[in-house]
Formats: sequence, structure tokens, C-alpha cells
Amino acid sequence: MSEEVLQITDLYVSYGGIEAVRGINFNVRAGEIVTLIGANGAGKSSTLRAISGLVKPAGGNVTFEGEDITGKDPTMIVSKGLMMVPEGRRIFPNLTVLENLKIGAYLRNDDLEKDIETVYGYFPRLKERSWQEGGTLSGGEQQMLAVGRALMGKPKLLMMDEPSLGLAPIVVQGIFEIIRRIHEAGTTVLLIEQNANMALHVADRAYVIENGKIAIEGTGRELLENEKVRAAYLGSAGK
Amino acid sequence: MEYVISVLLSGISVGGQYALIAIGYTLVYGILRLINFAHGDVFMVAGLMGIYLTSSLPIGISLPLVILLTVALGFTIERAAYKPLRDAPRMSVMISAIGVSYLLQNTATYVTGGQPMTYPTIPFLSDTVNVAGTQTKWVVIITPFLVLALVVALTILIDRTKIGMAMRAVSKDFETSRLMGIRINGVISVTFVIGSALAAIGSILFFTNYPAITPTAGAMPGLKAFVAAVFGGIGSIPGAVLGAFLIGICETIIKGLPSAWDVSVFSDAFTFALLIVILVFKPQGLFGEAATDKV
Repeated sequence: MSEEVLQITDLYVSYGGIEAVRGINFNVRAGEIVTLIGANGAGKSSTLRAISGLVKPAGGNVTFEGEDITGKDPTMIVSKGLMMVPEGRRIFPNLTVLENLKIGAYLRNDDLEKDIETVYGYFPRLKERSWQEGGTLSGGEQQMLAVGRALMGKPKLLMMDEPSLGLAPIVVQGIFEIIRRIHEAGTTVLLIEQNANMALHVADRAYVIENGKIAIEGTGRELLENEKVRAAYLGSAGK
Repeated sequence: MEYVISVLLSGISVGGQYALIAIGYTLVYGILRLINFAHGDVFMVAGLMGIYLTSSLPIGISLPLVILLTVALGFTIERAAYKPLRDAPRMSVMISAIGVSYLLQNTATYVTGGQPMTYPTIPFLSDTVNVAGTQTKWVVIITPFLVLALVVALTILIDRTKIGMAMRAVSKDFETSRLMGIRINGVISVTFVIGSALAAIGSILFFTNYPAITPTAGAMPGLKAFVAAVFGGIGSIPGAVLGAFLIGICETIIKGLPSAWDVSVFSDAFTFALLIVILVFKPQGLFGEAATDKV
């Protein structure tokens, strides 16, 4: 397929001597949805945090569009077109819905109107609540806002950390539907999920992370049919 | 009657001066959760700079220069004493702030020799005016209006501008703000710049009315402004301003009571006692966080 947007080479991340990520290699190509699945504490979030610049990797390289961005500060990384939807949504509770969207475009100086309308098109509920403070939204609405906020940064690569966490199944379906639409609109997506079933169905390619290393990789379909994945992550072995 | 008016006028004026200092406390607390103990001393240093600069330069240059240099001082303090401790426990930063406070006081003692310095007479501000039959200085009349104008300007900055939005975002969540591309350190510097500028303006107004500056001259106004900020609900600008006006009016009224009652020496104690009573009933302060976060 097309060129690699993101290339992770031999990445190590440690917190106070504990290695959370131990030599991970993977890549994301333009136009793909790639998912990293794995159990709690497997090193998924640490990987994303290292890519986005929140933590400095202990070793290895992060290359974005051919440029080495390893250990650069988040502002620089955001300016390259890499936006993240953080785990737990982390919308700004004291900012209005509209302000939350605008702050996603903090580094942009062009007109935001069109993109705000696009986000409101994805999430009509947010438009109704435009003037409400973010903290007053429900969990599902906050997740929509977190996704919308990241889209306002016009990302070339959108990284999502557990967007389904703590949401009702019907809301999760809606979020994945939006991920599909965002992808169709041309955004490359790197998705981290514990909800392996949903993630593998939407993904072009997938990596399973175990104990800070890539254990299995393949297309979404391949992993859905992989016996080990089914036993460990889909809870439907032999079905 | 004239006496009552003059007491009220000066109360409002002192309150306004406290308010300008209190905003600095509350802004910095709002973002860093830090009680910046050095803030009162920055205020004192601004006063001393006022003395030295006006003695050699015309007012039109020296006063803006006082504000500019105070801003530079506040900015430098943050970069040198607080920023390196960004990931340290909050208590460490607080101790750093206490250290800066003494550094400023000791430096002031070194420079002035510890002698009280007399603040210069500033044309117009120091001139007397007749209001409702009482003589007072222009500074007393101007202070509340200037404070109000500055607070309105600050509120617009925080509510309507991009940097203000970033300040509000950073005050809630450093990490997510960074993920939006906001440079945290830049935003923190801006809050110190604003706080220091207001403290400098406050010092010009305050010392025009209370003209002696010692190295500890910042301690009491600083402490009262801090209490005003707590009283208003630390982190809240309207709260700090309201608290400051209340403290100013309160202490001036107590000072102004008939001397036969012999209470005026206790004005500070009474003021603080009153605040304690109010805080017992409203522990978060007037506009404190817990109250506004309720949904």
C-alpha cells in the first residue's frame, strides 16, 4: 500500500526503573486504521505517550513522515499533525463545548468555522450543547467532544487511547461508527483498545502487545481468526 | 457624616490596592496550585524601584519602567525558582517561594541599609481633592475605578482571548493542555507577568498613601491580599477582588472607630477574626472551587 506515516523502531519506555515498553516495532501507513490491543498494563498507553511526547522514550526511535520526532516536545509533535484523544477523555470541564473544540486547534491560525461545522456534523449532540461547560456532558458526549477536539487540530494521524473505556455498548458502537467515518474522510488512525472485538473489526492491521512487546501482528481479519487472540482477547475460543 | 464618607473612601481605596496584589496570588494559585509567598515582596521591591527611579527619571518614564522591571522580576523569579521544580512536590516549590521572599527582603535591606525610605510625591495622585466636604488625595478616588477597569480588562483577557482560554485549560489539566500544543511554561509565565504588573500598579497607589517603605513593607499588605484571595475562594478573580475590598473597608472602619473605645490597634486582629468566622461557614471561600464544580 502507500508510504509509512509513523514508524516505531525498537521503542523502550520506562517509569522509575520499571520498563513498560520493551523494544516495540510497528508502523502505520497513510490511510490505514491500525490498532494496538492488549491487556491492562501491557504497555499500550505508554507507547502512545511516548509517541505524543508526554514521556521521553528510554530508547528507540519514533519517526513521523520521515522525520525523527523521538523525545521532542508535544507542541512540536502536535504541529506536525499528530493529535491524540487521551485515555479517560480528559476534556476541559471548565471550558464550553465550543471552547474545547477551539482549543484543539490551538496551534492553528486559520479560520475554524468550517471545521467546527464538520465536527458538529459528526456529533449533532455537541452542537446542541455548544455553550454548555464540558464538565456537564455525559461520558459518551465527553468522548465525542474529545474526538472532535482532536479533529480540530486537522491531524494527519489521529491517535486514540481507549475511546470505548467506561462507555455503554450503544455509545461505543456510535464512537466506532465515527472512527470509520473519520477514516473514510482521509484521516489515518492509530487506535488503542481493550475492546479487541470492536477494534479488530474496524482495523486494517493490528498488533497485540503483551508485556511491553509485540506478540502477534496481522490484518484485523487475521487476528480475529487467530486462535490465541480469540482465547485471550475475544473470550470466544472455539466458537 | 463627612467623617463616615472619608473612612469609607479610604477603605475602598485600600481594598482596591489589596485587590491588585490579591489577583496575583489567586492567578498563580489557579494555575500552579502554589501560594507564591514572594508576591508581597515583589510588591515591596516595586515600591523601592519607584523611589529610586523617580529620583533620577521623570515620572512619565519612571513609573512605566517600574511596572516593566517588576514584570521582569516576577518572570525571572518563576523561571529561576519555580520552573526547575515543576515536577517536585508542591511543598518544595512553596519552600522555594519562602526562600525568594527572604532573598528579596534581605536584598532590600542591603540596598537601603534597612532605613525606611520615603515614597516620592507623585503629581496628581498625591494632590488633594474635596469630595463631599472631606479632603482626600486623588489616589483614594482613582484607585477603585482603576482597579475596576483593570479587573474588567483581565476578565476579558481570560474569558475571550486565546491565551486566556489556554490559561483556563492549563489550570485544569497540564498534560492534556500539552496534547493540544499549548506551551505550559509560556502560559505560566504570562500569569506571573500579569500578577507582577498588577502588583507594581498596586505599589504605586499604595505607597502614595502610606509613604514609608521598609524591607518588610510587603509582608502585611501581601498577607492581607493573600487572605483576601483565600476568603474569596482561592483561584477566583472576582472572589479575590471582593475579598480585598471587604478587608480594606473592614480594617479602615475599625481603625476609624472613636479613639475612646481603644480598638483601633486591634484592627488587623478584628479583620482576621471576622474572616475566620466567615470561613467557618463558607470553607471554600466566597467563590471557591468546590462550590462552582457542583453540577
